[in-house]
Amino acid sequence: MMLNNMLSLLRQELVLSVLIFLLLFIKLGKDRSQASLSVIVNIALLINLLAGLWNMGEGELFSGMFHTNATIVFEKSILNLAVLLISMQSYSWLKSHDQVIEFYLLLFTSLLGMQFMISSGNMLMFYLGLEMSTIPLAAAANFDLTNRRSSEAAMKLIISSAFASGILLMGISFIYGTTGTLLFDALPSKLTGNPLQMFAFILFISGFAFKISAVPFHLWTADVYEGAPVAVTSFLSVVSKGAVIFVFVSVLYKVFQPLSHAWYLIISVLSVATILVGNLFALRQDNLKRFLAFSSIAQVGFILIGILSGDHQGAVSVIYFILIYVFSNLAAFGVISLVSALTGKEQITDYKHFYKTNPLLAWVLTIALFSLAGVPPTAGFFGKFFLLTAGASKGNYLLIAVAALNMVISFFYYLKVVKAMFMDENETPIEKLEIPAVSKLALYICVAGIILVGLASVVYEHINSLSI
Amino acid sequence: MNEVPLEHILIVSTALFFIGMYGLFTRRNMITMLMSVELMLNSVNINFVAFNKYLYPEHLDGIFFSLFIITIAAAEAAVAIAIIINLYRSHRSIDVDDAAEMKF
Repeated sequence: MMLNNMLSLLRQELVLSVLIFLLLFIKLGKDRSQASLSVIVNIALLINLLAGLWNMGEGELFSGMFHTNATIVFEKSILNLAVLLISMQSYSWLKSHDQVIEFYLLLFTSLLGMQFMISSGNMLMFYLGLEMSTIPLAAAANFDLTNRRSSEAAMKLIISSAFASGILLMGISFIYGTTGTLLFDALPSKLTGNPLQMFAFILFISGFAFKISAVPFHLWTADVYEGAPVAVTSFLSVVSKGAVIFVFVSVLYKVFQPLSHAWYLIISVLSVATILVGNLFALRQDNLKRFLAFSSIAQVGFILIGILSGDHQGAVSVIYFILIYVFSNLAAFGVISLVSALTGKEQITDYKHFYKTNPLLAWVLTIALFSLAGVPPTAGFFGKFFLLTAGASKGNYLLIAVAALNMVISFFYYLKVVKAMFMDENETPIEKLEIPAVSKLALYICVAGIILVGLASVVYEHINSLSI
Repeated sequence: MNEVPLEHILIVSTALFFIGMYGLFTRRNMITMLMSVELMLNSVNINFVAFNKYLYPEHLDGIFFSLFIITIAAAEAAVAIAIIINLYRSHRSIDVDDAAEMKF
């Protein structure tokens, strides 16, 4: 009975753990062709994704350390889907690489940490999951061992994330000191909002803001995104950020509900600063990865506005937006990763007249950027619309107005890339690229997601029906 | 023997935390920066153990938490030093100012 329960509740984590051990054993054995390995891993990831859709069990394990329900399973499935897409997109980059197994090991360990973090019901479990997801990522950022920028990015990531977790831990230790418990369920009744607790809470939120790169804790983001290999960058910007935001929502809504008056103020200041700084810095970038880094900072600002609402509506809109964000950001990164793997070009000026030679890739990138900007037929519009609606429920219309105006600023820099691809003249555009079938499939899935998730109301209704 | 009051321990740990933070912001050598971060993590350990012993001695939550922090800090230091060694191979230096190709 106990074992049965464990197997069904822990199924996503178990599939991943088995996969990690399998890869370790393959690593020990004789060399295998890299291409067949990628196919095997992708199939295993698909199984993992399907494992999440089957048998929505609820319950907790290890005396409250680990808990799961339909919402958490859905959030984990979003992350699994994102990792599957990243793995399919990085096919042509990995084909030429010697250490495919190590790459997958680091990514899967990080994903496993995120899944435990999302399911955590205790500060200790939460901290372990967070570290388990961050440390392998720093190693993955250094994956291009001979590239100077790659090591610089990894160094910046590990030192700033260690600093962030130090601050977070200081917050947790004071919360423990004032309440005497680490369990998420027992904490809300003991939070009174005395000065030490508020101090602890601010430290705690700062640690979180570091991980989701909200301004003023965003300084590491752009450098790490630019220096790391594209596959790792897309993992960092989509999966890692998404996982921390899921936890952020559940921690703020459940554990820190008694302090909601305090975090309402903090989050509103953070969100405005994040949107403004993200947008203004994105204007002046000419490296596409760095550009997407600042655009993703601005997107986090919009997510924070959705979080402000503090009710069921807010949580639903955040989960819905992350699902859309996975598709739109991965479509953009998919194109960039293909171009970067095959030609090594990453500047916006390199993309001039891209449409002439690679119409398919140019259209995918355009649709992705439209979705990120929030142009109506794409899902990005609906995501942002629901976020702002949820944020407006508290009646802070000035904030919503600032956010809406910032969407106009963001049009400028997203469309700048589109203009470069379609209108600018260039004598030496990027030559016609051979796209592997796997990557093409991943791009099609992303585009289908961008269009269908917005138009098919089933998705939103499904998320809405989950209890947060 | 008189016990040391909890406040004194908290003053030590808070001072240690901010010394670590100061070191991280002022030092330019990566290994020293790493040591500063470890100092911050260790001040958290002192906090947990002190709170556990003085305020909530019936459960061992705090002590176990600090055990896990020590383990994770070791893992973090291992990865960080590996990264620094790799960075040294390409930059011939472990000064953070030399590893500043990407800005703004």
